[in-house]
Amino acid sequence: MSELFKDLFKKAQYITIPDSIKNLPDSKKKSKEEVSSEPKIVCTKCKKEVAPDKYAVALRVCPHCGAHARLNARDRIAMTVDEGSFEELFSEITSANPLEFEGYTEKVEKLRSQTRLNEAVVTGRARIHGEACMLAVMDSTFMMASMGSAVGEKLTRLFEAATVERLPVVIFTASGGARMHEGTLSLMQMAKVSAAVGLHSDAGLLYITVLCDPTTGGVVASFAMLGDVILSEPKALIGFAGRRVIEGTIGKKLPEDFQSAEFQLEHGFVDAIVPRAELPEKIALIIGLSKGGEAR
Amino acid sequence: MSEKQTVDALTKFTLSRHKDRPGVRDYVSHIFTDVLELHGDRSFGDDPAMYTAIARLEGIPVTVIGHVKGHTVQANIASNFGMAHPEGYRKAMRQMKQAEKFGRPIITFVDTPGADCGVGAEERGQGLAIAENLRDMMGLRVPIISTVIGEGGSGGALGIACANRVLMLENATYSVISPRGFASILWKDPTREKEAAQTLRMTADDLLALGIIDEVIPEPEGGAHLDHIAAADVLKVNILKNLSDLLEKDKEMIYNERYEKFRKMGQYKIIE
Repeated sequence: MSELFKDLFKKAQYITIPDSIKNLPDSKKKSKEEVSSEPKIVCTKCKKEVAPDKYAVALRVCPHCGAHARLNARDRIAMTVDEGSFEELFSEITSANPLEFEGYTEKVEKLRSQTRLNEAVVTGRARIHGEACMLAVMDSTFMMASMGSAVGEKLTRLFEAATVERLPVVIFTASGGARMHEGTLSLMQMAKVSAAVGLHSDAGLLYITVLCDPTTGGVVASFAMLGDVILSEPKALIGFAGRRVIEGTIGKKLPEDFQSAEFQLEHGFVDAIVPRAELPEKIALIIGLSKGGEAR
Repeated sequence: MSEKQTVDALTKFTLSRHKDRPGVRDYVSHIFTDVLELHGDRSFGDDPAMYTAIARLEGIPVTVIGHVKGHTVQANIASNFGMAHPEGYRKAMRQMKQAEKFGRPIITFVDTPGADCGVGAEERGQGLAIAENLRDMMGLRVPIISTVIGEGGSGGALGIACANRVLMLENATYSVISPRGFASILWKDPTREKEAAQTLRMTADDLLALGIIDEVIPEPEGGAHLDHIAAADVLKVNILKNLSDLLEKDKEMIYNERYEKFRKMGQYKIIE
C-alpha cells in the first residue's frame, strides 16, 4: 500500500497545475491570465479553498468534501499508467463535418489548438501497474467528450486491435452523449462501438469501464455500461437522460443524489466505487484475475 | 416524385407522428399469419410500449418486435406513447435470443419518440438495457430486418434497429434528437425547428444518401395514414424480398455482413 502511494505521489508532480485549474467548471468564466495569477483553487462541489500544491498531490480530490474534479485526458493518463508506458494510437483521426453544420469545423479546429488533442477521446496502448492493456480516456474539455464519428471510429479500432492482440480494454468514460452536430451518424456510433465490444468479449477478453463525472446519454446507452467490470469514481454523475429532461417529464425536482455513482451502485449498475488514488491498483488487480478467458 | 421534393423535413417529421399512421399492430395483422403475442421480460414486468410476437411470414416462422403507439390518446397513454422502459428492451432481447435459438429471422418495426426518460427508467437501467441490445443484436446469427415505420427517436429506436437491412418508409424520420431538441441545444432557440429538421438530415432520402439505411419504401399517395392496407402490402413485398435474399446466407455471413455494415458508418478526417 505505502509503495503504491509513494509511486502515485511521485507521478502527481508531473501534473501541470495551470492546465488543470483551467478546466474546472467554476473557473470557466475567468480568463487564463486571471487563473494563472490566482494561486487558490476552489472546489466546485463544496466551494472551499484548497492550496494548489495539496490539490495536485491529492490527484485533484478535494480534501474537504472528497469531490473528484474532472480531469483532462493528459492528466488522467499521467495519473493512471506506468511512467513512459503510454503509446498513443489512432491520433490521426478527427471530426469531419458530414451535415455541413455551420460553425462545427471551426469549433473542432479551435478546440484542437486549445486542448492539443485531435478528438474527445485519447486512445492507445499502456501498462497499468505492470499490466498491458488498451486504454481510452475521454476528455470532457473537448466538446463535453461527445461521441461523433471520430470518437466512434477510434474506440472501434481500439477494441478491434485489442481483440487481435488479445489485450484487455480499459476506458475512462466521461461524456455528454452523442454529438448532435453529426446527427444520426453519431447515433450509429453507438451500434458500431457496441458491436466491437461484443467482438472483443466473444474472444474471451476483459473490458473494464471507469465511469467518471459526467457519463451520460448515448455513451451510457452503449459502451460505458458494457464493461465486464464497471467501476466509478465517487459522486460521478451517471445517467441516461439529462436531469432537466426527467424533471420536465415528471414535473418535479429530483433529489440531489439522483444519477450519482452511489445511486447507480445502490441500483446494481456499478460494481464498485473506487477513489481516484486506488484506481490503477484496482484495475491491475482485475486484469490479473481475468486472464483465463477463451474465445466463444 | 415532384411532390416528394416539396415535402420539407419538418412536414415529414409531423407526418411520421400522425395519429392515424399505421403502427406495429396494424402492419402485423396485414403482413403476418399465425401471430402469437408473447409478454414479459422475465425479470421486472411486461412493457406495453414494446410488442413482441412469433408468427409466420408467407409460411416462414419469424419473431416480430416493435414499438407500440396508439391511434387515440387513451391507447397512447396505455402504451406510453411508444416510449419503452428498460423492461421493454429486455423483453425484445429475450425474444431475439429465442429467435436465434430456433433459427427464426427477426422483423422489427421502429416507431418511437425515444426511450422513456423517467425516474423508473433510470432506476432500472435504461442505458444498460439499450446498450445490451445494441451489443447483442449486433452479435445475433439470424437475419434481422428493421423498418422505421414512423418516428425513429434516437437510442430508443436503435435499441431494436441493429439490423442486416434497415428499411424506412417514405415519410418516416430517424434522428439522434428531435428537431426541437436540436434547435434548443445547439441554437438555444426551439422555434428554429424547421431549419433543425432540415439540418439533421432525418428523412428517409437523406439517411439513404448518408448510408444509414438501405431502402426507402414508398407510401400511398398522401401518406401511409390514408391507406393502411396499401402501405402494408408494399412493405410486405419489400420485407419478403430482403428476407429471401438474407435466407441464402449462412450464419457467419449474416453476422459478418451486419458488423461490416455498421462498421463503415461515420465520416471522419485523417490528419498529419
